[in-house]
Amino acid sequence: MAEKKIVDGRGSFCPGPLMELIVALKASQIGDELEVLSTDKGSANDIPEWVRKVGHEYISTTEEAGVWHITVRKTK
Amino acid sequence: MSTSKICVVVVSGTLERLQMAAMVASVGAVSGQEVLVFLSMNALPHFIKGRNVKAPHEGEMGALMSGKKVPDFKTLMEQAVELGDAKVYPCSMAMDVLGVDQHDLENYLTEATGLTKFLDDARDGQVWTF
Repeated sequence: MAEKKIVDGRGSFCPGPLMELIVALKASQIGDELEVLSTDKGSANDIPEWVRKVGHEYISTTEEAGVWHITVRKTK
Repeated sequence: MSTSKICVVVVSGTLERLQMAAMVASVGAVSGQEVLVFLSMNALPHFIKGRNVKAPHEGEMGALMSGKKVPDFKTLMEQAVELGDAKVYPCSMAMDVLGVDQHDLENYLTEATGLTKFLDDARDGQVWTF
């Protein structure tokens, strides 16, 4: 059963939120959806790039009140 | 996925350079690239266990980073190893000068390595120097 998880990287600077996402991905199952919260704009640009590079599924990025929400699905 | 090799040579003991080196190593390693790090000169003492001397900053960025939640360079270097299989080699010459053994260094460092081996390993990779 696929889960949806929040990875709270708010307050941390690049590459902190990316590293937190990777730790969370390792502890997740294929199909799980992870939503990274980041206040660092660099991470909002960099995380989708990383996801495409390593071959997970990038779903979306939205910004709300200075917080970026980057959603990713684990595919392998 | 890229398979190119990244070789990072760190000789500086200043915050900005250690930080950038650890960022290149960790992001490269978690992106599926082979990463080799060689720690020598003023960089190596920062990786002696229990030695908590803060890395001095060179300028404005280092001063700004010290007050913000920037990931610690040692944590990033450890994550490069734990999450991305990077290899972090302490320079055997620097260890001799400092008078430290393998067990004095952080556990995620590999065995002492000389320049001859590192240069051989780095021959077919990109080399980044900090």
